[in-house]
Formats: sequence, C-alpha cells, structure tokens
Amino acid sequence: MKIHEYQAKALMADRGIAVPKGRVAMTVDEAVAAVRPLIEDSGNPVVVVKSQIHAGGRGKGRFKEHPDVGGVNVVTDGISGGIEAAEERVRDLATKMLGSTLVTIQTGEEGKQVNRLYIEQGIDIATELYLSVLLDRATSRNIVMASTEGGTEIEVVAAETPEKILKVEIDPAFGLLPFQARRIAYDLGFEGAAFKNGVKFLDALTRAAVELDTDLVEINPLVITTDGDVMALDGKMAFDANALFRHPDVAALRDVTEEDAAELEAKEFDLSFIKLDGEIGCMVNGAGLAMATMDIIKTVGGEPANFLDVGGGAEKEQIAAAFKIITKDPNVKGIFVNIFGGIMRCDIIAEGVIAAVEEVGLSVPLVVRLEGTNVELGKQLLDESGLDLVSATDMKDGAQKILELTR
Amino acid sequence: MSVLVGKDTKVLVQGMGKTGRFHTDKAIAYGTNMVGAVHPSRAGQVEVFEGETDHSGVEGREDTYRVEVPIFRTVEEAVAATGADASVVYVPPPFAADAIMEAADAGVPLIICVTEGIPIADMVKAKRYLEDKNVRLVGPNCPGVITPKECKIGIMPGYIHTPGRIGVVSRSGTLTYEAVHQLTLNGLGQTTAIGIGGDPVNGTNFVDALTAFNDDPATEGVLMIGEIGGTAEEDAAAWITANMTKPVAAFIAGTTAPAGKRMGHAGAIISGGKGTAAAKIEALEAAGVVMAPTPTDMGTAMMEAMEKRSRK
Repeated sequence: MKIHEYQAKALMADRGIAVPKGRVAMTVDEAVAAVRPLIEDSGNPVVVVKSQIHAGGRGKGRFKEHPDVGGVNVVTDGISGGIEAAEERVRDLATKMLGSTLVTIQTGEEGKQVNRLYIEQGIDIATELYLSVLLDRATSRNIVMASTEGGTEIEVVAAETPEKILKVEIDPAFGLLPFQARRIAYDLGFEGAAFKNGVKFLDALTRAAVELDTDLVEINPLVITTDGDVMALDGKMAFDANALFRHPDVAALRDVTEEDAAELEAKEFDLSFIKLDGEIGCMVNGAGLAMATMDIIKTVGGEPANFLDVGGGAEKEQIAAAFKIITKDPNVKGIFVNIFGGIMRCDIIAEGVIAAVEEVGLSVPLVVRLEGTNVELGKQLLDESGLDLVSATDMKDGAQKILELTR
Repeated sequence: MSVLVGKDTKVLVQGMGKTGRFHTDKAIAYGTNMVGAVHPSRAGQVEVFEGETDHSGVEGREDTYRVEVPIFRTVEEAVAATGADASVVYVPPPFAADAIMEAADAGVPLIICVTEGIPIADMVKAKRYLEDKNVRLVGPNCPGVITPKECKIGIMPGYIHTPGRIGVVSRSGTLTYEAVHQLTLNGLGQTTAIGIGGDPVNGTNFVDALTAFNDDPATEGVLMIGEIGGTAEEDAAAWITANMTKPVAAFIAGTTAPAGKRMGHAGAIISGGKGTAAAKIEALEAAGVVMAPTPTDMGTAMMEAMEKRSRK
C-alpha cells in the first residue's frame, strides 16, 4: 500500500527521522495559512508547494490545465517581498494546482488529479544523496541501498553508474549494526556534525522500516544542510499489504481516491484485479494462470483488458461480482473465462457465470474453457442454461475463439 | 523413486481449521499417511476422517476409509509421538511463520507451507531462523508437493497426476495443474511435482528443486514454470548450464504484465526494470532449455526437450 509524502514524513518524524516541517492543505486557504507559521518557525523565507499524488516524477511533471506550472514549486517571493508576497504566490499556485491534473513520467498521459498539497519549509541544501531500505529477494533480507547520486532516479544510477550504488545487508536477528551505519556514512562522504546526524538517521530509518513493515522506504534526495543537519527532503513509503493487520494507524492513511475504482471493488470481493488497456476481459483462477491467460491473448493477436484471479476457493457470489466488474469496462469487446479447477470446482464457476449474466445481461461474446474438478457438471450447467457462449477445448483454442468473435 | 515425499512419508498437519481439515481429508482419501495434527487449544482430542477412497491415489486400498488423527499441543510432542518426517502448514497468515519455526525447532526435515499472505518480514525472520537447521521449507503460498500414487501433501487435485518420468517445479498453482495434466495426457507422467510458491521470500527455490531432480534416478527430465519478479529463473538458468544432466523445458508467465503492478502473487512484480519475462526467457534459452511459447504447449515442449536429448 502506498501513502502520500506528507503522511510518510509524519510517520518518520514520529520515529526520530529528521524531516523539514510542513503542513498539508486540501484547500487554497489552508495552503496560504500554512505559509506564515512555517516561515516564522524556520526563519527561512522560502517555502515549497508540493503536489501530493501516489506517483513519482512530480518535480519534472506539468499540469495539463496549466502547462507553465510544475508539480513541485519553490516559492522565493518571500526573500524580497516578505511573508505576504510568499502567501500571494502560494495562493496563485494552489489555485492552479488543486483540482488540476498532473502528468508525470509515472502517471501516464492521462495524469492524476491533485487534491492535496504539502507546504514545506525551504531548506539550504549542501549535498543531495540517495537512501532506501528494501527487500533483496536474492538473500531474503532487507538491504540499505545508498548513493551519492541524490535527486536522480536510482534505476538510472543503477544502469549508468552501478559502482555508485552501495548495498548493505541487514541481518533480521540484529538490525542494522552501528558499524554498518558508520561505514555507510563514511562511504557517502559524511563529515563532522553531518556524520553523527547521518548515523543517527540511518539507525532510525532502518528501525522504522522494520517496525512499520515497509516494502520500501526511499529518501531521494536525502540532504545535508548547510548547517550539517541530515534530512529527508522527499520521502516515499510503501507497506506490505499482508502486514497491515498489525498497523491499523498505517492502514487508516490509505487514500482510495488514488486507486482504480474497479480494483477497489474487486478487493471488496477478495478478487485480485488489475485494469489494463485491451479489449478482451478475462476471468481466471490462480495468479500464474491469470497472467498466462493475458499472455496467450496477446500471442494470438489480441490485447487483455485486465488481470483477474478469482482465487482458489471462490464462491458463486464472487464469480458473479468478478463477471460484473469485467463487463463494466466499456473497452471490453469479449470475455474469456479460463478455469482449471483444483479446489475451485467448475460447477461453482458455471453457476456464478450464469447468475451474473441473468443479473446484468451479456452484450459481448463469451468463451468459456473449463478443465479440472467437476468439469462435466460445469459444462452441463452451462449447456442447460441456454447462455449464448462458446466452449473451448484448451487455453489457446479459447484465446483464438474469443479473438475471432471480437473481430 | 521420487524426491522429497514418497509412500513412507509420515505427515503432520499444523492448523486444523476449516481449510486444514478439508485438505487433510483429501490427502487421506488419496492415501497420504497423516499421522498427527498440532492445535494448541484442541490437544488431546482426536480428529476423525472418513469417506470414500480416492482411487487415483495410493493403490490397493479399500473403497472407504476411517482414520483417527491425534491432536497435539506442540510440534515437538507430535514428532515424539508419531515419528512424523514432514509437516504441512495451514496456519493463518499472522501465525504461519511461527508455525514454520516451531516445526524447524522440532527437527521436522520437510516443512510445506500452503498459507498465502504471510507478512514478508515474518518470512525474512523465519528464513533466518532456518538457516543453521537441517530442514527444507517448501513455500509459503504454494500448492504443496505430490508424488503420484504415493503421497499428496497440499491442496492440488490428486487425480490429474500420474506416475512417470518428469519432475515438475513451479511458482504457480494452477499453472502446475495445467502442466501436470498435459504430462498425464501425453504419457510422460510425473515423478514428483513441487510447488515452490508465489511469495518473494520462500524456502525451496528452482535451483534446490533442480538439484533434487538431477540427483533422482527416476526423473528423466524437468519441467519448470516461472513467472515475472525476482531472479530465481535466471539463477536456475546459470545452474542448469553448469550442472544439469537432464533435459529441461520451461514456461514463464507474465510477458504482458505491466511494470510496477503485483500480478496476484506477492512476488510477481517487475520493479526497477528487473524481473521481466523477457530476461528470464532469454536466460533459460541460453541455457538450452526448451521454452513453451504458451501454457498449452508445456507438455509438447517437454516432449521436444526429451527427444532432443535422446537424439544426441
């Protein structure tokens, strides 16, 4: 699960990780009201207005409605014009940003609507670095990944200058050991006060990652200020969805407006659904088979409209819900149901499909491939239902048939 | 012959809830030797299983069965009383890693964890705990392990399997069923089918399974089924190049999966440009593995790999 930057920074601040002070704003007035206290607290006349969306690349992003406005704006009007000038500029920016669509390298062309802004104190940056804590699948352990190349996407650094990426393994029995933190700090070039602050930052960050069950904590950039403070100038946190049961406070930070409506609806029915851009809807049991079904649709020349795994123990109601979610997508020109019943019985699938069609109707072609447990009973139910569907003998046959019917 | 499990395997169940009970019953019907269960609040009781024998399983049994499975407080007590040498874990996600560690502590040499949705940090801890212990973990989030007509541990349908010559190893449950079914239809059959699971942190990996199949005299070839995410398939390709003496065929799911999205399985995600299907297919092809272009072709690809080898 992803959260916003301002939420991540609040979680960090609670755990002794240094972050600039800031205030979240849902309205223009709230954004303006944040300016004075932030400037008075820091004594720094600069503030930063940051779009809060669950996608990266905000700094280089542009608003569709206001191409001259970026996703992150440094407001320097306060330097010569005082707090009032800073407030006026923030009012102008917030008016344009809130409710508008931000397009970044990660949002795709359609962009994402900005509903929240984060107004933050300006920081005098001496050095920008990169720091993250994430799982290394090869060793089944968390690692600290660090680099002197702050502010650049780590994927780019990895591709162009992999020698600049430092990785340190965390033993789950001990956590990040002090000597490991010191070594990272030395390698990143921390000196004097910044060295001490950096070691403290690393210790607090790795503890927070374990305590909060994060999939990823990424600080890019991590900055050393001109005063030798070490701070998270940006902060990204993603959480292990399977561990949210023990973090109700984190679960409460979820912003459903950032998620796809169909994917949310599917989740309510315990279905694993991901929306794609194609025209052939698919309903499958098992994640691997669901992926392979998308692949085979592509192989025969079509494009899948979704990934949908109904799971191993789905009931009739879930099957019906799944069917309805697929048919809601206006791009869907045909549906391919591909089931290999193990625990999942083919007759349950058949009953679910029949119930869904009775309820919502069927305006597009339907191809069903059933195999496995109770396959004969499932086929019989579908035959007797009088539904207008085409049976397939195997996956490839099914994919070809649905493609022909949608052409 | 087979790997990991056979007709003499004595199996313990951890987690005798609705799911655990359902699959224990199916395993007994198949002929698996289920010797005990662990359930702290129901220790001392006996769970009774009766029903119609699944004749696709162990041969030479009567048409009905009645089996009493004793329930113990701890794995240690269960092992001491039954001599169990394998355990299957159906414990719910919040407690599953603890169950794995308990089984390891009791010295159960084979632990098969079916549970899906275990927090990653719990599995990181469990794997650390298992490091210096002489136990093998299969899973979590896997269908289990089956040696046809000998022993079925897990949630796979028994009847699609048939004894034969191919070792199957897979990250996906239903794709394993698909593969096994094709191997049954084309007559190659299976020695053992191992589901290694769809989680990013798991026990047995492809290399472990390939090693076991390579050493098993009855296994003549291996069919492996991978998917996007991680580099386990690439590691397997390197191992095959260096060590494998038997033909290998493979299928990789997720060619069309978008980057950054988890495709159902917690481990099936392309992140930072790593873990794509294309990279895995390229690595396996370079290792001489016959790739199935679609899941429908898995059985044929295996056949081709076997024929290619015999022509040499």
